[in-house]
Amino acid sequence: MTVPRFWREIPQRYNLIGSKCGSCGTVDFPPRTICPHCRRKSIGKMEDIKLSGKGEIVSYSIVREAPEGFEIQVPYAMALIKLDDGPTLTAQIVDCELEEVKIGARVEAVFRRIQEESKSGVIYYGYKFQLAMPQVK
Amino acid sequence: MECGIVSYGAYIPRHRISVKEIARIWNEDGDGLSKGLNVIEKSIPGFDEDTATISVAAARNALVRCSVNPKDIGAVYVGSESHPYAVKPTGTILAEAIGATPNSMVADLEFACKAGTAGMQMCMGLVKSGMIKYGLAVGADTSQGAPMDPLEYTASAGGAAFIIGAENVIAKINKTLSFTTDTPDFWRREGQTYPRHGGRFTGEPAYFRHITSCAKMLFEAAGTKPTDYQYAIFHQPNGAFPSKVGKTLGFTPEQLKPGLIVPYIGNTYSGAVPVGLSAVLDVANPGERIFVVSYGSGAGSDGFDITVTDEILKLRRDAAPSVKQYVDRKKNVDYAIYAKMRGKIRMAGE
Repeated sequence: MTVPRFWREIPQRYNLIGSKCGSCGTVDFPPRTICPHCRRKSIGKMEDIKLSGKGEIVSYSIVREAPEGFEIQVPYAMALIKLDDGPTLTAQIVDCELEEVKIGARVEAVFRRIQEESKSGVIYYGYKFQLAMPQVK
Repeated sequence: MECGIVSYGAYIPRHRISVKEIARIWNEDGDGLSKGLNVIEKSIPGFDEDTATISVAAARNALVRCSVNPKDIGAVYVGSESHPYAVKPTGTILAEAIGATPNSMVADLEFACKAGTAGMQMCMGLVKSGMIKYGLAVGADTSQGAPMDPLEYTASAGGAAFIIGAENVIAKINKTLSFTTDTPDFWRREGQTYPRHGGRFTGEPAYFRHITSCAKMLFEAAGTKPTDYQYAIFHQPNGAFPSKVGKTLGFTPEQLKPGLIVPYIGNTYSGAVPVGLSAVLDVANPGERIFVVSYGSGAGSDGFDITVTDEILKLRRDAAPSVKQYVDRKKNVDYAIYAKMRGKIRMAGE
């Protein structure tokens, strides 16, 4: 990832800023400039919306052969998460035993290091998820 | 003008390693060390955690407890000796992640273990002068101790955040002052991975002199004595030092216990006093008084005389995890996993 591309995506990566169609109300993440349902009708009506970061695991996979930069973390869980606000996203599940990762489990977003360019490069931060603390359940 | 803590939040990473396990590697007496230091285990940051992520977690916990609009936070200060970058602020990452940009003053602070409390004082000045409505001060660290060094048994990770303001104050800061001298008891030079220290020199002329001097000045300025306080929190590089300094100053173990978290998570450096204060605010009642003295090597101490107000009953304390919840949420690992997590294993190409 290049630094400018990461910088452009900071709102969604740090704060889960999605988009809401002012015409049909559909919430999307990552944010869209045009609603896929309303198309032309949504032009000029798309609003930024901060998602709650709370949701439920829809499906997951345990990664044992990781892509470059993530090898040290294996095995780790990647999950499809259906947010309470509507959209579904993919994220790593952290701070739990792999046996605790289950379909239907309540999760909440946390702020973590995602990647770094190199030891001297920029650090990319963003969202991961953890099993919801009692406050969220 | 009344000024104080409007909300607070702490964060402690999940992994732990025991003093006994570290001692096993270096052929030391683990039980004796654990007892002498009064530390059972210490926290370890996850692969994906650093001072920025800990600061964000703590600050978000502070925000979820209150009704402060992040846009009203006019200053963000992160105190740490383990900022992720040598050049590029942690504070901008934090301010962006809580929605306090762009109209805020942001800076990173460093003063060994007291940079967090220094940030609180700076926010107080800005609030009291009317320059800002709220300020956010964070003390957080992912501290490093060199392998085999005595500091390795305690250097841990964690932090806490305080929103400082003049409205809806849950804990009024009646008085704050500092005691500072040039005392080189602990340092880390540019580019060095691990800090160095003066061994026993870090005790009497450093930790004990600064804390007792600051505490005595604070008693005099506030017109108080130890029995006026329900709680006392001192910097906690280990469990033995704060207990000793508390006793010297006339505090009882009961006054120290609620804010003494180091036996379970180790020394979170800039986060140490902030986490201790958060643990006390988790349980404090209106009218109770808290005596706080931090210590940062180099060296200095910041003292705070604090009174808990009725507003604490309106704060949604249960909306974020308590310090005890974080202390209890843990997974112990052995030294090999610890070495891997802390980047102590040299990989190919490094």
